[in-house]
Amino acid sequence: MDEINLRVCGQAGQGLQVLGTALGRAYKNAGRHVFMIQDNMSRIRGGNNFFQLRVSQAPVSAPRQKADIVAALDLDSIDSHRKALNEKGRLILDAKAGGDAPVQEKEINIPFYEISKNACGDKRFVNSVLLGILARMTGLLFESVESSLVKAFSSKGESVIQKNLQAARAGYDHTPGVGFSMSESNPPVSQPRLLMNGNEAMVMGAMAAGCRFYTAYPMSPSTSIMTLLARYAKPYGMIVEQAEDEISAVNMALGASFAGARSLTSTSGGGFCLMTEGVSLSGMTETPLVIINAQRPGPATGFPTRTEQSDLDLVIHGGHGEFAKMVLAPGTIEEAFLLTGYAFQMAEKYQIPVIILTDQYLAESQIDTEPLDINRIKAAHAQPPAEADLVHPYKRYALTESGVSPRGIPSLINEVVYADSDEHTEEGHITESADTRVRMVEKRYHKKTASLLKETMKPKSFQSHEADTLLVGFGSTQGVIKEVCERLQKLKIGCLHLPQVWPFPSQAFIELTTNIKHLVVVENNATGQLRRLIRRETGLEADASVLKFDGRPFSVDELHARVEEVIGSWK
Amino acid sequence: MEISDFQSNDENAWCQGCGNFGILNALQKTLVQYGKKPQEIFLVSGIGQAAKLPHYIKANCFNGLHGRALPAAVAAKITNPRLTVIVTTGDGDCYGEGGNHFIHNIRRNVDITVIVHNNQIYGLTKGQASPTTDRGYQTSVQTGGVILEPFHALPVALVLGAGFVARGFSGDTAHLSELILKGIQHKGFSLIEVLQPCVTFNKLNTFSWYKKRSDYLHHDKEYDTGNKNLALTKALEWGDKIPLGVIYEEKKPCYADLALLPEDGLMGRSARDMSVLWDDFL
Repeated sequence: MDEINLRVCGQAGQGLQVLGTALGRAYKNAGRHVFMIQDNMSRIRGGNNFFQLRVSQAPVSAPRQKADIVAALDLDSIDSHRKALNEKGRLILDAKAGGDAPVQEKEINIPFYEISKNACGDKRFVNSVLLGILARMTGLLFESVESSLVKAFSSKGESVIQKNLQAARAGYDHTPGVGFSMSESNPPVSQPRLLMNGNEAMVMGAMAAGCRFYTAYPMSPSTSIMTLLARYAKPYGMIVEQAEDEISAVNMALGASFAGARSLTSTSGGGFCLMTEGVSLSGMTETPLVIINAQRPGPATGFPTRTEQSDLDLVIHGGHGEFAKMVLAPGTIEEAFLLTGYAFQMAEKYQIPVIILTDQYLAESQIDTEPLDINRIKAAHAQPPAEADLVHPYKRYALTESGVSPRGIPSLINEVVYADSDEHTEEGHITESADTRVRMVEKRYHKKTASLLKETMKPKSFQSHEADTLLVGFGSTQGVIKEVCERLQKLKIGCLHLPQVWPFPSQAFIELTTNIKHLVVVENNATGQLRRLIRRETGLEADASVLKFDGRPFSVDELHARVEEVIGSWK
Repeated sequence: MEISDFQSNDENAWCQGCGNFGILNALQKTLVQYGKKPQEIFLVSGIGQAAKLPHYIKANCFNGLHGRALPAAVAAKITNPRLTVIVTTGDGDCYGEGGNHFIHNIRRNVDITVIVHNNQIYGLTKGQASPTTDRGYQTSVQTGGVILEPFHALPVALVLGAGFVARGFSGDTAHLSELILKGIQHKGFSLIEVLQPCVTFNKLNTFSWYKKRSDYLHHDKEYDTGNKNLALTKALEWGDKIPLGVIYEEKKPCYADLALLPEDGLMGRSARDMSVLWDDFL
């Protein structure tokens, strides 16, 4: 087998995330590529959650629809997972976990709870037993399991590590056959490589950029940004402050930024709604602001723990009035890292709000990745503007060619700084002047947007030279679209991925699609927001949309089938 | 420092005879006495007539959104602890639109001074009831008179653990100026509510109405500003007598102490050696 797909399901609170990370890390350390999605219900205990891990000889950045192995820690929702098995797939269960459920065809009954009890005197080590079983079934050496478990429990002390190792060993030894072993046609990928999700990559990007102040109100699926930063904050001189609400978070981020700190806040769509007045305030006061919106399905509370790309319109338009802003949409772990650093740089350079748009799928999917280089991110801290750029008395909103005024930071320049959310004069005082109004709007919107357009990130194209049809997407769908392109190369299909959606890279988009016959826009939403944006900004009407809005990410198989269907309909 | 050092050349937009002038004068006087330079002072405000005050003083100013002065102010103070941060806000801005921030920033206890211009009415939107408008007062919206219980901020602040709670009167700038100075010198969240007549929209709570009710706490030699129960009783008084002065003061650790904030806050370069952290993802 060139790849193996594993799904482990169980109740919330059974430790699936720790198990998933340990399993993913074990395969990564063994030189395999891994990609893992998290599918969780919005509850603390019970219900049915799962992770699905794709292990491959080639780099992978999207999930498959079906699994070779489904392992069930809990039998309550077993029927839904049975459907996820592929033809040769096997379901591993402990029949006793469901009151001696009869074992059906394609099922392997292993008493993992009992194995845990026998090995460690406690049923609670069942996850590690399962880890051993899955490793053995898929031909993974025990040493990879061992190093991964030591890492997973390193903070819990030697005794916990030993018990988990005993449990894993017992599971490993109990499992006779291999059955799903990966072929060894490709040599193992050289290490070290990282196993990270999108939120973790953005945390590292923010820290590399010299972010000193982070504030947020907890909201899935952005919350792990806050918890990870909180863990790292102290030695790096960062303050992580939990706000009373998202309105406070965005205004705190602005206060810190105005006073001189690189500051960040993150949320999901509902929280972003509350932040929009702050986005507008950033635009008006020309205070740098970086917001991460990890999208989840709306409207209102929606699906708190699931994925969607339905906030594109919201973030592009969110914030009343007209002012320059930037919206970035990373599609890989590396982009999540680099674009977070870039967001700080651009927010500061143009004194504007920059929004990074991700979603639950990118935020929580773990992917193996080359080590990330912090030197590709420019760090900065508060500094006075160059004396040569200043006029005295200092004017915070001095009119300039570029629309950007030298940014005075209180106490770092020897004069006072006035900033105002009202329409204001160059000095920063309230005005009712029509002439000043026009000049300030031109400064905040036209001049800055013109400059931003000059350095807009172009869409990334793949396999587009020979292509008749381009699949177009933004953000988290990059991996799945690319893989489907590779599979459908014979049909002359390429793709474009937009890492920046605002200001829209119209000129580059038009150039890249000049010789293309068909555009198909792929989006995790119900109404084709990107398709509309393309039409509005370029005049180009796409030929078709492939939309998905059930709260789940596209699998390679599903997108493959749906693109084939679209293309088939043209013939 | 002289008064002229803190004089702004921005044109004043308040009504003639507005109670805000007394607060402006008192604050300028305080700043002269306090002795820091204008560029070391940071005034933060939201929206309303009180929120315009920072434009009329020469000092750093962030005149942000309605109700949102407090979050911006505390974050700025955390970022640069060398700035003396003062919020000028109104009863609508601070207790209405910004109510949630009022509650939680008292709990956060960042070292800022908050001056609430309480004129018991909405001025800039032309005379609707504010959270502190007395019951029965008729406005263009509350046509049958206000039926809501007024918001009593001082007892609320005490219950939330505020370490400095005071009330002044814009008609007594000398006394108010002293209160503001004490508030600035108090380490932590300092609340100074100021009785301030709105000469245009509040026909009930006028200059003489407040003056007649002024009950200076320092006249009572027995009054102990460290006694919280007594302070609560005083803070709840609102009627024929309205207590003025420092109602409660308590030294307690502020945010910077508890968060172990470095002296230069977040102003410098952050540590950039992240090599240890990558290990978490190997």
